[in-house]
Amino acid sequence: MDQDKGTHNGYYYSLTRNMLLVIILVAIMPMIVVSSIILYQFDISYHEKVHAHLEELVLKHKHNIDGFLKQKLGDIRLLGKTFSYEELRDESFLRDRLELLQEIYGPVFVDLGVVNDRGIQVAYAGPFKLGKALYSNAKWFQMAMKSDHVKSDVFLGLRGIPHFIIAVRENYNGQPWILRATVDFVAFNNLVENIRIGETGFAFILNRRGEFQTKPLFDLIANKEPYTDFLKDSEKFQDGVRIIERDDDAGNKVIYVAALLKHGDWLLVYQQKASDAFSDLRRTLRVTIAIMLLAGICIVVIAFILSKRMVNRVASADQEKEMMNEQIVETGKLASVGELASGIAHEINNPVAIMVEEAGWIEDLLEEEEFRGGENLDEFKRALEQIRTQGRRCKEITHKLLSFARKTDSRIQDVQLNDLIEELIALSAQRAKFANVDINVNLQENPPILHVSQTELQQILLNLINNALDAMEKTGGTLNVSSELEGDYIVVEVEDDGPGIPEANIVRIFDPFFTTKPVGKGTGLGLSICYGIIKKMGGDIIVKSTMEVGTTFRVKIPISKDEQTEA
Amino acid sequence: MMKPLVLLVDDEVPFVETMTKRLKKRDLVVNSAYSGQEALDILDKHRNTDVVILDVKMPGMDGIETLEKIKKSYPLTEVVMLTGHATVESAIEGMKKGAYDYLMKPCDIDQLMQKVEEATQKKLVHEDKIKEAKVKEAMSMHGLE
Repeated sequence: MDQDKGTHNGYYYSLTRNMLLVIILVAIMPMIVVSSIILYQFDISYHEKVHAHLEELVLKHKHNIDGFLKQKLGDIRLLGKTFSYEELRDESFLRDRLELLQEIYGPVFVDLGVVNDRGIQVAYAGPFKLGKALYSNAKWFQMAMKSDHVKSDVFLGLRGIPHFIIAVRENYNGQPWILRATVDFVAFNNLVENIRIGETGFAFILNRRGEFQTKPLFDLIANKEPYTDFLKDSEKFQDGVRIIERDDDAGNKVIYVAALLKHGDWLLVYQQKASDAFSDLRRTLRVTIAIMLLAGICIVVIAFILSKRMVNRVASADQEKEMMNEQIVETGKLASVGELASGIAHEINNPVAIMVEEAGWIEDLLEEEEFRGGENLDEFKRALEQIRTQGRRCKEITHKLLSFARKTDSRIQDVQLNDLIEELIALSAQRAKFANVDINVNLQENPPILHVSQTELQQILLNLINNALDAMEKTGGTLNVSSELEGDYIVVEVEDDGPGIPEANIVRIFDPFFTTKPVGKGTGLGLSICYGIIKKMGGDIIVKSTMEVGTTFRVKIPISKDEQTEA
Repeated sequence: MMKPLVLLVDDEVPFVETMTKRLKKRDLVVNSAYSGQEALDILDKHRNTDVVILDVKMPGMDGIETLEKIKKSYPLTEVVMLTGHATVESAIEGMKKGAYDYLMKPCDIDQLMQKVEEATQKKLVHEDKIKEAKVKEAMSMHGLE
């Protein structure tokens, strides 16, 4: 039995587990697949979007910076072409020009200078005292002597402040001279420094040797791989912009966007940590994962609860089925015994009838003259009377047996339960008095009218009352008969305080022919008939008994629906 | 008073034999039959049978069926049913089909005698009424009233 239970538990356990797994798989798999696809697509398009945005940004700034440089150069060139060497040599004139330029462009131009072919600054206008300075060794001077115009790299120069030079070469009387302008580093730097995105995005400019041309926001080692790579294969630039992603020393992915400036002399680099650039994506990813986790947990919990509940239901259904089976077996047993009993009753009835008739015939013959005065006549008569009595007893038994299978009067009538009980109590009152039993009656007031067979109900209750009286016959006691409404049923309780029914007998009391009464006193059919009748009515009969305390029979009688609503 | 003519029908031969003897001893004229068909045959020969004592449960033609046929052919003959089972249903059915009364087997001979006498009485009353009616009819036909 225990083992049986064990395998049952195992069965329900594996059922629960399978259901759990199926529900989780079915619920989570599509979620994961769909989310993954969407996330992947989103990731790709977001990357593209960010790249495009950065490229656009860098390209715009490249144009800005190129434009800026070109414009400044143009300004100086215009100045050189418009005015002659003689005019510009005049320092006050030169100062006027500088002031005019500063008025128009702001403090972009720091100073102006005119340098002759030997590198001597012949005129100077600006905040520094650089008159007669010698530039013959300056790189920009040497370059300017070779080409028309020069935009120098950023350098410290004589003044010790980072700046760069724009210079144009003109001729005066066959002799070259150079008009030189210093572009304020701060103003130029702003152009690049303003490129700031997120927390780690910033831009700077490098020259061909990898030297910084603007001040980067963070400390950087300019000679690092990505920058030199950019510088090495400058032909790989498409539309002037190139974008790469690469891990830095710390293992963080960094996006580099580069564009060539000044015809390839300078390199505009924008760099940003990928985590920063894709922070929105990261956030979305994080939120998505959080939601998925949450949903996953919910699914698991629900799946657990659902499968548990389902299995519980299956288990209780199984149990019910088992109980039902037991009941069916029990009912079937009773029914087959009933059929057998009625068959036997029929068969026995005829021989008994014949026996009784034969006895009667002998009795008739004894009336004849010849037997009158026979010495054993009285003894004959006594024996015949006994045969008749026993025949009647047989008849009673067979009739009870028959009524066990077929009810004597099963016509459905309106039955007033209280009247019926009181009638029965009145019938039993005499017996109770002899048995020294007090009868207490406690009935439900105005019970609904029952639609049952009056005879059958009488039979049940009379049987129970008689049994209770039998139980208390020797000792005396109290018999409680009560009725009360319980939902769709009226429950009649017949309670005695007799000796009780032993445990071993309780299970058998509804079996036909089971009796504890002495031979000839009981047929063992009473309760069995009660059981059959009450089950047929759709009710139930339950027995509770405690040794030395007493026995209670509960009879549940169904109330028909329409009566219930009336009541 | 004339001795009532009784027909006893039951498939149990010993029962019929003993019962016949006992009834005869009580001044009845008794014919016996062991099946429904035999009962009908005997009734055909003895049309003046007053009461049929008929067992309900018989092989072949059973008591109820026999009762129907008897009542159809000899409406004046009264029938007392003997039933082995205590079912009210079969008794009620018998009464509906025209039986005079029923008794449960094994039955008390005195009870049976009483029923037979009552039934005979009833039959006689019926017959008298019919005779009277016939006389009246005849008289009215001959214009004697």
